[in-house]
Amino acid sequence: MAETKQVATRQADALQREAARPELVLRPATDIFEDDHGITLQMDVPGASRDRLTLQVNRDRLDVEAEARIAMPAEMEALYADVRSTRYQRTFALSSELETDKIEASLKDGVLTLRIPKRAEVRPRKIEVSAG
Amino acid sequence: MFGNLSGYEGSLFDEFRRLQDEIDSLFDQWPTTTGVRSTAPGSFPPINVGATPERLEIYLFAAGLDPKALELTIQQNLLTVAGKRQIALDKAATYYRRERFAGEFRRVLTLPEDADPERVDARYADGVLHITVQRKEASRPRAIAVN
Repeated sequence: MAETKQVATRQADALQREAARPELVLRPATDIFEDDHGITLQMDVPGASRDRLTLQVNRDRLDVEAEARIAMPAEMEALYADVRSTRYQRTFALSSELETDKIEASLKDGVLTLRIPKRAEVRPRKIEVSAG
Repeated sequence: MFGNLSGYEGSLFDEFRRLQDEIDSLFDQWPTTTGVRSTAPGSFPPINVGATPERLEIYLFAAGLDPKALELTIQQNLLTVAGKRQIALDKAATYYRRERFAGEFRRVLTLPEDADPERVDARYADGVLHITVQRKEASRPRAIAVN
């Protein structure tokens, strides 16, 4: 009796471990560049659609999450896989001069573009020197 | 002794990624056979291949391509996907990260013998190129009635 109990406990442990194991996520390749008006991020998230995309700003943290939905036949047997997850996730640290409530996002052909404007007062200004 | 600069971006997952890369490179040193048409790990675009009894399903994860500029050829059982991904650079901008692949790429797949080169279908949607190759009827499993 005692032995049976022990086996059962072990199985429960294994299940818990299984559940606690973090899901494999993909870290999308990203280009980041800055101009006078703001910062642009471009990320490759092939297979992701607009309704499966989450952008979250929490103070200076930007979390990007996307899920690729790829139609696959149910009876398909995998022969080879470079990509082993359908979840994209990446976090960026923003800085205070960026207007995080004015982020513009667009998604086209699996490329996500995020445009984060800078506050007007911190944009570089050219100062004219007047003669006299 | 010194602080680890590589840890700045990251979470624990980055550590796992590094470990995985290290293990991968370790296995690379083993005297394994290299396919003559295979590409190095991490090549663009990543590919997944699956099979059903009727078809072969090939997925290329290639965001931001112009489908018209993709060159798809099949010769006997060699499927070639070639193309170019152009990423326009903003000359006035300062680049901090350029991780996305830019330039020409080519990937060649050796399909199983039963692939039918006459019946290939390709679709590009949401940055994924999905190629379907029908398999020849003769190779499908079929039940034989016993009289």
